[in-house]
Amino acid sequence: MPKPDSLQGSLDLLVLKILSRRPRLHGYAIMSAVRDASDDVLRMEEGSLYPALHRMEEVGWIHAEWVQNDNGRRARIYELTAEGKKQLAAEEVRWDAVTSAVNRVLRMA
Amino acid sequence: MSLWSRIANVFRGDLVNREIEEEFELHIAEAVAEGRDPVEARRAFGSVARQREESRDVRITAWLDSLRADTVFGWRMLWKKKVTSVAAVLSLGLAIGACTSAFRFIDALLLRPLPVAHPEQLYEVARQGFDFGGAYVTVENWAYPDFELMRAAAKGQAELFAISYAAPVDLTYRSDEELEKATLQYVSGSMFPSFGLRPVLGRLLTGDDDVKPGGHPYAVLSYDYWSRRFGRDAQAVGRKFRMGDNLYEIVGVGPERFTGTETGTLTDVFVPTMMNPAAIRDDNTWHRTLARVHPGVALEPLRARLDATSRAFETARAKGFTGMTKESIDKLLAIQVVVQPAAAGASELQRTYRRSLAACGVLVVLVLLIACANVANLMTAQAAARAREMALRVSIGAGRWRLVQLVLVESAWVAFLSAGVGALFAWWAAPFVVSRINPADNPAHLELPADWRVLGFGLALTLVVTLLFGLAPALRASGIKPASALKGGSDPHSRRRLMHVLISVQAAFCFLVLFVGALFVVTFDHLSHRPMGFSAERILTLETTARQPEPPVQWDQLAERLRGVPGVETVAIAGWPLLGGGGWNGFVSVNGAPPGPVVAYFLSVSPVWRETMKIALINGRDLGPDDTSPGEAIVNETFARQYFEGRNPLGQMFAKGQARYRVVGLVKDAPYRSLREPILPVAYVPFHGVNAARAPQLVRAGTFIVRTSGPNPSAMAQVLRKAVSQARAGFRVNNVRTQRELVDAQTVRERLLAMLALFFAAVAVLLAGVGMYGVLDYSVLQRRREIGIRRAVGAKASHITRDVTAGVFSMVLAGGVAGAALGLASVRYLESLLYGVTGKESAALAFPAMVIAAAAIVAAVPAVVRALGIDPAKMLRAE
Repeated sequence: MPKPDSLQGSLDLLVLKILSRRPRLHGYAIMSAVRDASDDVLRMEEGSLYPALHRMEEVGWIHAEWVQNDNGRRARIYELTAEGKKQLAAEEVRWDAVTSAVNRVLRMA
Repeated sequence: MSLWSRIANVFRGDLVNREIEEEFELHIAEAVAEGRDPVEARRAFGSVARQREESRDVRITAWLDSLRADTVFGWRMLWKKKVTSVAAVLSLGLAIGACTSAFRFIDALLLRPLPVAHPEQLYEVARQGFDFGGAYVTVENWAYPDFELMRAAAKGQAELFAISYAAPVDLTYRSDEELEKATLQYVSGSMFPSFGLRPVLGRLLTGDDDVKPGGHPYAVLSYDYWSRRFGRDAQAVGRKFRMGDNLYEIVGVGPERFTGTETGTLTDVFVPTMMNPAAIRDDNTWHRTLARVHPGVALEPLRARLDATSRAFETARAKGFTGMTKESIDKLLAIQVVVQPAAAGASELQRTYRRSLAACGVLVVLVLLIACANVANLMTAQAAARAREMALRVSIGAGRWRLVQLVLVESAWVAFLSAGVGALFAWWAAPFVVSRINPADNPAHLELPADWRVLGFGLALTLVVTLLFGLAPALRASGIKPASALKGGSDPHSRRRLMHVLISVQAAFCFLVLFVGALFVVTFDHLSHRPMGFSAERILTLETTARQPEPPVQWDQLAERLRGVPGVETVAIAGWPLLGGGGWNGFVSVNGAPPGPVVAYFLSVSPVWRETMKIALINGRDLGPDDTSPGEAIVNETFARQYFEGRNPLGQMFAKGQARYRVVGLVKDAPYRSLREPILPVAYVPFHGVNAARAPQLVRAGTFIVRTSGPNPSAMAQVLRKAVSQARAGFRVNNVRTQRELVDAQTVRERLLAMLALFFAAVAVLLAGVGMYGVLDYSVLQRRREIGIRRAVGAKASHITRDVTAGVFSMVLAGGVAGAALGLASVRYLESLLYGVTGKESAALAFPAMVIAAAAIVAAVPAVVRALGIDPAKMLRAE
């Protein structure tokens, strides 16, 4: 598996974190949750969420299934796998390390 | 999502696309439901197509997907050019089928290991040296006492087994009137445990069954015989049968796949070597010797030890020889023991067919290469037509490798379809060829399972073939320069050059196949039209045995009774039929001189035998009813030349050991035991043998030679068989064969080779012709503009014709010369398969040259007609 770059890493981290708090969301809901939780600061190009979801599904961090939603449409919802929980923990550690390092650099300058 | 689902998704790509689209649509719908502007939502989403491709790549194995696309596209391309594709698939299929058949055959006979434990440790112990005729031979048969000494000498390094030649015998489970045939082998009991074989029923033989001569009347049945004869009845174990003077008890049934060590023959019954009466005789060689060499034992010291042991045995034995010169004895002792690998068993069939199969294998590969060259030319011509398509693909970003893949996939389509056709062909052809190997009364049995070995071979062959004919066009397609291709082609001749080289390769191989094929056909023709010296027509031979040895007079009376059967013209008695495989030889001394170095052959015959066989009497008289052996003899011309050096043989005396004979008649030469060897010196001596006291010698076995009045002697077989056992109790007919069968059996191999070679040659010419036609046609098509212009400015038809065909014809000529050189170089490997032809004759080279020239001319006609039919006005307007 290729090492995710930092930007993708943060997208993965956000998605995994959201799904760990609120399992079984579809793509739009995940996006809304990120936007709301960040007070409208973090906005992604909406379409690029899906390749990321499909990639994470491919490596086994999340699991997808089709369900009927309230208004009778089919929706593809996602939830975390055991593998994904481990990955989330690892990503959080990595993110903390990166941000604190960046903060140290900012303080010194 | 697993790898598997990614692979599976390749084959439901549409579904994957639909799912992705549906998810995207839901996203937009949710956005709109939240109150966002639809246009704004779509813009925020970004490029649907790009997102979809990205997702799709994640969910689908990309290279497999492109392979799938190419496969579908390749199929469409083939389908579009049905006629060309069918021609390519059929010609290649025929070649692949022939190759696979040849492999099945070679594998079954020569390569497939015996179904025993560690077959790679098996070796055959044989002897090699010069025989009395000066030919270098391999002798496989051994005397049992010699074998016992060698077995003791090899102890600790190798286990030795004596295994007799599988031979048909008569046995009966009830009375003598209900004799049945079965194929029997005498084997060392220790063979079964050493081979790691387990009984299906009862027990197998062991080393303990090989102790006392005549003391172990036990038999093991092969699984195959048990199924055929007893319908797998467990009660078969414990039953008894009589064979000769012994009553044998069936003690067990062998494992399912083991049918003996003689590849090509199914053994029905195994009995211990000790039950063979010859086991105690040191002058009777009757069995092969196989060895299981223990791991880590060096072969050469083992061979040397066996050689020393055997030589000591022979030296001791030679002290008792009389009637042999010292040189002959030295020659006998100079023969060397060899140890040869025998993982696939040891059989006569292998020896007879090893070289023939190698020759056929080479022919078949040549045919395959010709077919490949053909298809390569077709593909190249098509690639030319598709140059613009390829250029377009490169221009819109297809990689070089992707183009190689595209063309190779198309080639693979052709190859796999051909492999399918070939599999069908091989499925039919291999058993058909085996069924052709039918020496009278002993058809070959070869296991031809379609197992992983054959499948693996077929698959490997298909891949190799794909690369052979697909790689060149594929690389050519990938090397395309879009700019010049889209403009209309840069170097139109480069493609033709490749095709021309392939044509000359085809011509060379075709020449070789025709050359070798013609040699085989001529060999068969020579052998089957060889002057016989006797007449085989309407002759039936009845090999007969008596329960007890009987005086010759009884045999005469029996012959007299047979003469009375309606439909019988004459009846004679002989020791065995000519060309029947029997033989009896010895050194001859003339007028009391010491014996010469050349062995003479003998056959005991009754007085009317010569007349019955219609062998011409040159001088003197026939044997008479009062002549005896020793006493009188008639000899053939070769005998007279050999021993009497042109003097009139009549009245001359010769001796074989102590037995002295006076020559009373001279007859024409006739083959004795084989059609392939020169005529042997033969003396025909009276069937009435006497001992030193001139008392009649009793006879146990003989052959009645019956000439019938009807044209079909086999029709009389049953009547005569019955007549023998009714005429005298105790006499019975073992084997009935027509003399014609015996003659034909001599040429089975040559007939088969001639038939296969003829078939391959026909296929080769056909393929090469189609290839030439294709190339010529293509070059006319490509040069139609040029031809049109030249016609318009008044070029003569003859010029155009020469111009169109010259290139291809010169290539064919070059190929033919190369083929002739190859042919002359290969002749010496074929020598042992040829008869009456050496391949150095000018006719042998002229024939293939003429056939290829004719094929080239026929192939050129349509192209020339097309070229001359080009209407300049129309052609120029079309451009």
